[in-house]
Amino acid sequence: MVGPVSRRFVLVVALLALLLAVVAVSGVALGTIAIAPRDVIAALGGHGDPLTRSVVRDLRLPRVALAALVGAGLAMSGTALQATLRNPLAEPYLLGVSGGAAVGAVLAVVAGATAAGIVPLAAFAGAVVAVIVALMVARAAGGRADGRVLLMAGVVVGAFANAAIMVVLANAPPNALRNATWWMMGSVAGAEWPAVRALAVYVAIGAGVLWSNARDVDVLTLGDEPAAALGVRVERTTRLVYLVAALLAAATVSAAGLVGFVGLVVPHLARATGLRGHRALLAAAALLGATLVIAADVLARVAMPPAELPLGAVTALIGVPFFLTRLRSLR
Amino acid sequence: MLHFDSVAARYPRQVLLALDGVSLDAPVGRITAVVGPNGSGKSTLVRALLGRVALERGAITIDGADVRSIAARERARRVAVVPQRESAAFPLPVRELVALGRHPHLSGFAGWGAADEAAVRGAIEAAGIGDLSERSSDELSGGEWQRVRIARALAQQAPALVLDEPTTFLDIAHEMSVFELLSSLARGGIAVLLVSHQLNLVARFADQIILLHRGVVAAAGTPADVMRGDILERVYDWPVVVTRDPAIGAPSLVPLRGRRS
Repeated sequence: MVGPVSRRFVLVVALLALLLAVVAVSGVALGTIAIAPRDVIAALGGHGDPLTRSVVRDLRLPRVALAALVGAGLAMSGTALQATLRNPLAEPYLLGVSGGAAVGAVLAVVAGATAAGIVPLAAFAGAVVAVIVALMVARAAGGRADGRVLLMAGVVVGAFANAAIMVVLANAPPNALRNATWWMMGSVAGAEWPAVRALAVYVAIGAGVLWSNARDVDVLTLGDEPAAALGVRVERTTRLVYLVAALLAAATVSAAGLVGFVGLVVPHLARATGLRGHRALLAAAALLGATLVIAADVLARVAMPPAELPLGAVTALIGVPFFLTRLRSLR
Repeated sequence: MLHFDSVAARYPRQVLLALDGVSLDAPVGRITAVVGPNGSGKSTLVRALLGRVALERGAITIDGADVRSIAARERARRVAVVPQRESAAFPLPVRELVALGRHPHLSGFAGWGAADEAAVRGAIEAAGIGDLSERSSDELSGGEWQRVRIARALAQQAPALVLDEPTTFLDIAHEMSVFELLSSLARGGIAVLLVSHQLNLVARFADQIILLHRGVVAAAGTPADVMRGDILERVYDWPVVVTRDPAIGAPSLVPLRGRRS
């Protein structure tokens, strides 16, 4: 855990990176027009015919990149939340953090505050409010130490957020903004490079802060008092992790709407690789999250053509059965 | 080594002080035990040391330095604490749990060194958990857990060790082995401060006892000074007799049946 970079870490990360590369290439290749992987790689290198090149570089690639960043951001957010809350079912969507972010983002858009960077900031404010409300509700109902109470508080906050989004959008002028389905079921369709770049900055910041606090997070999984005994500044570190988890959730929601359950499923998969220690787990979770969301988006495109399924619906179809199998772990 | 000087502490939104002017000194090479009824402030001493409850008055010092003036990480290098409660949210191999004891010694990107490796190996050996080191934390019994946590504290290699009720839930053999371990650690030159409910074991192993009652020191001194029927009856509000432990002649407490009218 705190030991040297283990051979297992190098092996796992290499395998996950390879898997991500394969899925990413399929993500570019598959769709309404299927493109052979050889032509995908040629187009990425700037070769091949102009139409293929345009589809690959202007349509598919930003979409795959956005999906990857959304997955990485949500997965790291979930990994950090599960550890600091010591709750294996914690994740930004189920805790209502993503919902709060969506309310903030929708309010900003409806208010016409669409200048660059404003929407993610409003989403961040909404996410922070949601975290605070969920923790306060949990404390009032019997303590955030009880994982079930916290989860219920989060689900209630999330339901309230969904209702708020509906109300705000019902009063918004048509065509002024994306529709309710986009916000509540998520999508990476129509991704453009500026949005990808903006999300990349937020995900990089979040990853950096979490990485540099990962050893403290390792110790926090033992509990507040044992962590304090080992020299962790418990309140400071916990608050910082909540803030970064909220930031990651806010940035992903601003870019792709509500994509649930990624933050729940991926940390478990990362731990199942046998890696310990949150530096290693965060790296594995980022790769796995990126892979999972790209794959879910491919599934959304190819499952029932020509219709495209909402991305959040696909992740929920994967995530809910997983949630049920993990429910036992809450006592 | 570890010194509490007229410490007063109050929990948020509480009228009564949890600790009201408690002074004690835990010197190197000795076991200092803190005993007292439930709610007497024993665990609050430990929380105050960790900065989990703020002091209203007084000071806690380690080698003369006020704990509030030293960084949490530095404090953890000077005093290792085994708190009362703990449950690992995610199972970890025992060896890695013990390795977390090196956390206060690791900084930034400084790698894991030979000194860390040696400290972990030594701690596992001293706590007698070599046979457990490959097990996962969710396969441990209560007694094994406690020894793993003591090993983690030993891996901190601090000159002072504080334990909050380390033998709760342990059977006689495990309880005795923990006390024997603490005894040998004290002889090895560590200051041991032990919070315990086990008056009779404390009377056999501790060099000095501090009896807390409602946040104040009701009695302090050698086991013979503190383990007196009149003092214990008043503090615990229950009729007792104090006899002699037949094995080594230490004072031994026997609570009587039925409440005195």
